[in-house]
Amino acid sequence: MRFMPHTSSDLAAMLDVVGLENLEQLVEHVPAELRAKAAIAIDRGRSEAEVAREISKLAGINSGASEFTSYLGGGYYNHYVPAAVRAITARAEFATSYTPYQAEASQGTTQAIFEFQTLITQLTAMEVANAGMYDGASAAAEAVLMAHRLKPKRTLVALARALWPDYRATIRTYLSSIEEIEILEVPFDSTSGATDLAAFEKIANERLLCVVTGYPNAFGVIEPLGAMAAMARRADAIAISATAESLALGLLKPPGELGIDIATGEGQSFGLPLQFGGPGFGYLAAKMAQVRQLPGRLVGETRDRDGRRAFCLTLATREQHIRRERATSNICTNHSLCALAATVYLSLMGRGGLRDLAERNVELAHEAATVLDGAGIRRRFTGPFLNEFVIRVDDATKALRAAEARKILAGIALGRDYPELSDTILTTFTEMNRTDEFARLAGALAGVR
Amino acid sequence: MMATAGKIRHITPAPEPTPRRIEPVAGVPLIFELSCDGRRGADGPPRPDGVARGADILGRELCREDLAGFPELSEPQVLRHFLRLSQLNFAQALQFYPLGSCTMKYNPVLNEEMAALPGFAGLHPAAPEHLAQGALVLMERMEATLAEITGMDAVSLAPAAGAQGELAGLLMIRAFHRKRKELRHKVIIPDTAHGTNPASCTLAGFQVVVAKSNKRGFLEAAEIRRLASNDVAAMMVTNPNTLGIFEPEIREIADALHETGALLYLDGANMNALLGVAKPGATGADIVQLNLHKTFSTPHGGGGPGAGPIGVKRRLEPFLPMPRLMRTADGLRFDTDRADSIGRLRSYHGNFGMLVRAYAYVLALGGDGLAEASRLAILGANYVRKRLEEKFPSATSEPSMHECVLTHDLEKRAGVSTLEIAKRLLDFGIHPPTIYFPLVVAGALMIEPTETESREILDSFVAALEKIYDEALDDPELVKGAPYSTVVSRVDEAEAARHPILRWQPKEQ
Ligand SMILES: Cc1ncc(COP(=O)(O)O)c(C=O)c1O
Repeated sequence: MRFMPHTSSDLAAMLDVVGLENLEQLVEHVPAELRAKAAIAIDRGRSEAEVAREISKLAGINSGASEFTSYLGGGYYNHYVPAAVRAITARAEFATSYTPYQAEASQGTTQAIFEFQTLITQLTAMEVANAGMYDGASAAAEAVLMAHRLKPKRTLVALARALWPDYRATIRTYLSSIEEIEILEVPFDSTSGATDLAAFEKIANERLLCVVTGYPNAFGVIEPLGAMAAMARRADAIAISATAESLALGLLKPPGELGIDIATGEGQSFGLPLQFGGPGFGYLAAKMAQVRQLPGRLVGETRDRDGRRAFCLTLATREQHIRRERATSNICTNHSLCALAATVYLSLMGRGGLRDLAERNVELAHEAATVLDGAGIRRRFTGPFLNEFVIRVDDATKALRAAEARKILAGIALGRDYPELSDTILTTFTEMNRTDEFARLAGALAGVR
Repeated sequence: MMATAGKIRHITPAPEPTPRRIEPVAGVPLIFELSCDGRRGADGPPRPDGVARGADILGRELCREDLAGFPELSEPQVLRHFLRLSQLNFAQALQFYPLGSCTMKYNPVLNEEMAALPGFAGLHPAAPEHLAQGALVLMERMEATLAEITGMDAVSLAPAAGAQGELAGLLMIRAFHRKRKELRHKVIIPDTAHGTNPASCTLAGFQVVVAKSNKRGFLEAAEIRRLASNDVAAMMVTNPNTLGIFEPEIREIADALHETGALLYLDGANMNALLGVAKPGATGADIVQLNLHKTFSTPHGGGGPGAGPIGVKRRLEPFLPMPRLMRTADGLRFDTDRADSIGRLRSYHGNFGMLVRAYAYVLALGGDGLAEASRLAILGANYVRKRLEEKFPSATSEPSMHECVLTHDLEKRAGVSTLEIAKRLLDFGIHPPTIYFPLVVAGALMIEPTETESREILDSFVAALEKIYDEALDDPELVKGAPYSTVVSRVDEAEAARHPILRWQPKEQ
């Protein structure tokens, strides 16, 4: 097999050293009744060309999807990925190294993570960010667990109902074994699509542990994060933000400035392809005072023996390999290479470019809203939005099908997760969409009754 | 495509290592320090004249001030910076990287191309299922393949990594007992377990009970029988265990657990030893997680992403995480309505990009190649162990599977620690093994050569370790001062923890 270098003389020599005659003897100490009786029942190995052909065939079945004009978002966004991002993440020096436990052999990875941590603190206006999490949903869940460590006596977790359904579901899973925790969903205002502040005020009391709010939320609405954080603060509770479309942070007031205690999000928008939903990566940022309760890895700056600047994993006494059952999280392998992609992406976009791109997304989405409105397709909510918004249709299934017939993926029907919004579609606009196609979208949707 | 940069460290049998520090290398500046006002590395999106700016549309009160401190560089500057950083790394593609428990095998370059095919890379996770059948078929085949390899009945591809697979498995165990109206609070974990095992237990609400492995390095069913009770929900066992030994009493252990109503969770991070050798399902495991970034060759990426699918026996299937893949008359789709499921672990369907790579690997090796891979991995570990036995004896007398755990007497004889030996290995252009793990072996060196390394590489590793052994006796200070040839000398980790600097900040004016 082409990946294995053993010649027959290698085999003979190696077997000779270990005192055996054949490979099978290597596993004879495995109790006979447990040993596999038959070969693995999958096809024999294939040449590289055959593998490429087989997998390309499967990819080809999907590539129909790329003939469509897509307005799909909903937590995963179709942004342009600059070639330089791939050129770096494809480097085997980054891709085929392990978690940088041996600092002297991993200065590339550790320095890149240090840069990543810095970029995330800049974007969120927080003081410390970890080296990354699996995704936005699990990062939000880990933030709630972190809040629970900070306030172990509090028992009420408030989730904005307008927080992404997958995020709410993931938080529920992560909290499911903590018996004393009660989860309440804070309704959204049915006009604005933002979280109902009066409803939140009612539960912002001495039982409240934390509140988690999307920023923007699952309807694309920019939540009044500052007001929510202030209410949480008055109740001495912890305010957590979750941003699925992290491009927003290039333009919107950062969570740290709005009084958020833990800012989390999904980084897929920063240089990662859609890949049917993964891998992207999550991030989690907080204040230095809470650094010891942070989950996940951290890289710190230090010196080598000769006084040169160097980077290494640090504060590992929070982590599973040292602290075991008392660790702040069980996370070990995270999504490091995806965080590297984001580090390269953000470095390319830079100070002006990221804001510029975020603004362009806002402009496109608002132009689309105007075109749709002109065709009689109304926005469902009045709240401010970044690059996606909810539209009202008569029958979401029919509308999506009609659009599909015209090679348009018009958006995501919200009815499954929000029965009260069964007549709506979430539709998303990025720099990959063109204004001259908006009329076609409007036409496709307007004709449906 | 993976490429490698110019800085190739040649590995020869016992090369002459650099005796003392070579001239200091200037470090790579931080990207922020390279920044210059007004540069950018990506052109802005085209914006027709006369369009109102996004910030004006939203209103200034919603918008932030400038992103102060954010980098400003041209595209070639950004590329150069990260290419230079890449050259500061050791990597599996560049050199021997025998990290125990991590399975640093070759990551086939074709797999990267396959994951990047537009039909996969450009596929939105919310695309209508009938337009995503190719991806779903790949997932279905992957589920079936992993079920066959592990001897389990059903597989979920949702978990993002091994530790998330553990969490899923433990929450399923909880749900399983709860469904039978049983409250069980404890999970037994051997003293050799990986740190994620106890950490996952806590996260899933269980108390950890530690089982001692015996002097020979494995678990005895008698010990498990002693610990099992109707308050024990399950036991987590890594097999082969972290000493690299196949647990010989695993079946009796499974029976002992099952007799008391408890389940057996198998940490399958070491599956690289078992392909076509023994199926976890046949050893009595009820749940197993696999680390695709180990056994199934997806790159480790400097710490992920990977994927941690879990396989279960039939009676646990209802509890599998969401979403579940389902075949219907109209093809494959996701089932999101399952009353007993533990719920979601993350957004959307899993790390699909990693599944493509792992599937390409499975196709390339086939059933025959996978079985061969495990046998060659086992051969490599036993070969290294045998060749080093005089200076670095094995921590156990049991036969090794895919990795071996070695010890040494240099601490006693020369005051040289395992960490110092590991650092000295860097001067030979070799990444050190995992050290000080498992915790039950003082000063452990845990070596996992994998099947994709040649005999010459293993010989050069043996020669380097032997040479370090001699150096430690002749000139311990030489070893203690290592490394000398890396881009930085010994990094002061204690200082990093004492005064944490976790981000760059602009200098005060
Ligand atoms: C034995 C063992 N179990 C579990 C894990 C955790 O897997 P992951 O890092 O993918 O979360 C590892 C790897 O780090 C391991 O070696």
